[in-house]
Amino acid sequence: MQVQVRLDDATDLGAFRRHARQLLAAGVPPERVEWSAAQAAGEAADLFGEAGAATLPAATAAAAPLAVPPWFVELCGDVILHREPQRHALLYRLLWRLAHEPALRHDPLDADLMQARQMAKAVHRDIHKMRAFVRFTRVVGNDGVERHVAWFEPDHHIVEANAPFFARRFAQMRWAILTPERCVEWNGQALAFREGADRREKPPPDGGEQLWLTYYEHIFNPARLKLAAMRREMPRRYWHNLPEAALIQPLADAAEARSQSMIEAPPTAARRIRAPIPLHLRPPEGAAPADLGELRAAAHACRACPIGALATQAVCGEGLIAPQHMLVGEQPGDQEDLVGRPFVGPAGQLLDRTMAQLGWARETVYLANAVKHFKYELRGKRRIHKTAGQREAEACAHWLESEISLVRPQGLVALGATAARALLGRPVAVQAERGAWLHERGDGRPVFVTLHPSALLRLPDAERAEALGRWRAELALARDTLPAAIAA
Amino acid sequence: MDLQRKLAILADAAKYDASCASSGSQPRDSVGGRGIGSTEGAGICHSYAPDGRCISLLKVLLTNHCQYDCLYCVNRASSNVPRARFRVEEVVQLTLDFYRRNCIEGLFLSSGIVKSPDHTMEQVVEVARALREDHDFRGYIHLKTIPDASDELIARAGRYADRLSINVEMPTTEGLRALAPEKDESAIRRSMARLRLRIDDTREEARRVVPIRALPGAAPAAAKPPPFAPAGQSTQMIVGADATDDRRILASSATLYGAYKLRRVYYSAFSPIPDAARALPLAAPPLMREHRLYQADWLMRFYGFDHQEIVAEPDGLLRLDVDPKLAWALAHADRFPVDLNHAPREMLLRVPGLGVKAVERLLQARRVRRVRADDLRRLHVPARKVLPFVVADRHRPAPGAPVISPEPPRAAQASLF
Ligand code: SF4
Repeated sequence: MQVQVRLDDATDLGAFRRHARQLLAAGVPPERVEWSAAQAAGEAADLFGEAGAATLPAATAAAAPLAVPPWFVELCGDVILHREPQRHALLYRLLWRLAHEPALRHDPLDADLMQARQMAKAVHRDIHKMRAFVRFTRVVGNDGVERHVAWFEPDHHIVEANAPFFARRFAQMRWAILTPERCVEWNGQALAFREGADRREKPPPDGGEQLWLTYYEHIFNPARLKLAAMRREMPRRYWHNLPEAALIQPLADAAEARSQSMIEAPPTAARRIRAPIPLHLRPPEGAAPADLGELRAAAHACRACPIGALATQAVCGEGLIAPQHMLVGEQPGDQEDLVGRPFVGPAGQLLDRTMAQLGWARETVYLANAVKHFKYELRGKRRIHKTAGQREAEACAHWLESEISLVRPQGLVALGATAARALLGRPVAVQAERGAWLHERGDGRPVFVTLHPSALLRLPDAERAEALGRWRAELALARDTLPAAIAA
Repeated sequence: MDLQRKLAILADAAKYDASCASSGSQPRDSVGGRGIGSTEGAGICHSYAPDGRCISLLKVLLTNHCQYDCLYCVNRASSNVPRARFRVEEVVQLTLDFYRRNCIEGLFLSSGIVKSPDHTMEQVVEVARALREDHDFRGYIHLKTIPDASDELIARAGRYADRLSINVEMPTTEGLRALAPEKDESAIRRSMARLRLRIDDTREEARRVVPIRALPGAAPAAAKPPPFAPAGQSTQMIVGADATDDRRILASSATLYGAYKLRRVYYSAFSPIPDAARALPLAAPPLMREHRLYQADWLMRFYGFDHQEIVAEPDGLLRLDVDPKLAWALAHADRFPVDLNHAPREMLLRVPGLGVKAVERLLQARRVRRVRADDLRRLHVPARKVLPFVVADRHRPAPGAPVISPEPPRAAQASLF
């Protein structure tokens, strides 16, 4: 015996759920239910048709409400907006199967589920296209009130579901969207719905529309004509309601000739009509930088080794000019490369903390790096520090020497092997030579060798405290024992 | 000059920039405000031009006067194209008018460089300021920033804009030196780094803000930092104006993604421009190559491919006849077939024709039952493309290397040098 269910409003999810729950509780299998909907609003609609009412089995007592996954409720909300008349039957069948086939909710490839998902997708697409292709026209009524009115023809029953979007977007505008089945109007306060309108109610183009057409015409690049790609995203059936669509054919027809004429036109000779803007001071090629500003600008452009081409910028030193100490590290890291200043990353912070503990203000020294650009390896989307090779350090050495002669420090503190080698011009075994002033440089500046802070960061926790203590003591020693006066 | 004419000139001048997206910003709407506009995450393409490209933003230049002379650019100082300049209020009114018609999601404003980087940037920022502050416009704004504009102007730009961008234009330093000798690549990168740091900082701060518990009935006091370019930054590279191959282009992109966390790198096939310079013999734009680069870029961003493994061809160019994923699979026949019932996620993602969503569904289904070949049909994946590369219940591809297209003739890649 068939059960007939007639829905007052075919898109009312609440009503559908009530009916479906009741049928399920009564144990009516999907193949025995016939769903139908009232054709027009106002037509009398019974909860159950006569035939059904007479034959609907009584609900089994105390049937527990079925717990369905939240995505199913959401899916129902979408599918019920589809124009397919069989959608209620499909949804009820799914509900029934969810109740009787425990595996179904975990099988994303089930045929019924796939069909429902396809329908939901079509509804989403229609909602999206309505948001895209509704075109408002400005209309001033007899009362002098300005309104924006659009005519649109959706595929599915989406007007009510989609209206709040337009209300959120055009909150301070009075607007109406007319469609063959349902119309919606926003007066600035609330949405009002009424039945469908006639195509003849579509407002005629207003005066400003020509600007939009001008824009459309000129944003098109004739050398890239791709009509099929366009039609895929903006199917023809929308065209008759889109003012710009009238331009498509003429633009397409002229495209070939336009781009051909650009290709064939004789090229013009480059001709300067204005002086170039000097953006960056840069010393003449080959000349030694006259000050730190020039040094920085020139190092930015340096490509003497491959590191420069991959980094953001050369990171030159900063600090006091003519200080007692110039501290030299290895090379900028990820943070330094982005910020453009030395010792701002984790290692720099450790150096800051340690100096602060010693009462040694960062502002009283000059901090620099031996290699000016950040060397790294890309791993996925991260840049992993790599130690600069000997050849790179050598190519870079002249920048450090320029910096030393411009900054004029009394003594140099090498943090780590790369810095020590750059300053002393020979390989240095840091562990063996750390902790004492070495007098080897041609310019007479003594060099004190100690660890780089990042070496301390890499130590296992158990060893770090002791190593830190020794490092701090060495820094204190370097500060306090700097041999007096060298020839500057 | 009347507005129609200006709009025509300044849209013409902007049409070579490939960026158009209007997605990824913070959700907001105009309820309770004084103006109009909303963004709800995903952007909307309101129209499509006959070139197949979407129109989602009013994309114009503030002016096409420019003091630079980049050879690939239609607005270069030495080009004979007609020039125009919008007044700030004109762009503002156009944006609002098109928005009210529901023709756009917002504005993408760029400009030729006049007088100085700061002078130019200030005008660009003023348009955004007027839209946001005078008209309470809540739609999308994308501003092109001028490298080397002052920090303070960049900070303001990021406060008003959803997205900021700076075009690198050429994939390599040499390319930029050859075609745009006045542009400073290092300055472009410094600007990108600056944007990244500000975007990171703002996000970090927003995360740290603990909502203050207000007294009952009192309005919640949210001390959120003002947003800075919530939709991130992007850039564009012109493809085919110099001799750079695809391998180096992808390496450049990977570097940009890694260093500056760009949301997108746009690839723009170099196309003929009116009044072109002598250094650029013109040809039809390499559209297929551009398409393949987008696909390859996608593999890097969503499929776990490393930039170094995508281009297998000795000439450093992507195959034009098959998509890069299929090309990779054909070049690595030893890694296939992949067993749909056992292979790890990373390997399923490498099967030609399987998208991220399809792979998720397969993994889900696999937990409760065996996967069969005819499941692919319901997944709406191109079975003909997938089947030669996979093993499933009741399916095993013919032994030997997968046969798809036995060395089809390669279309010649246009090269201009
Ligand atoms: S690391 Fe040094 S040598 Fe290499 S490019 Fe940078 S500044 Fe030049």
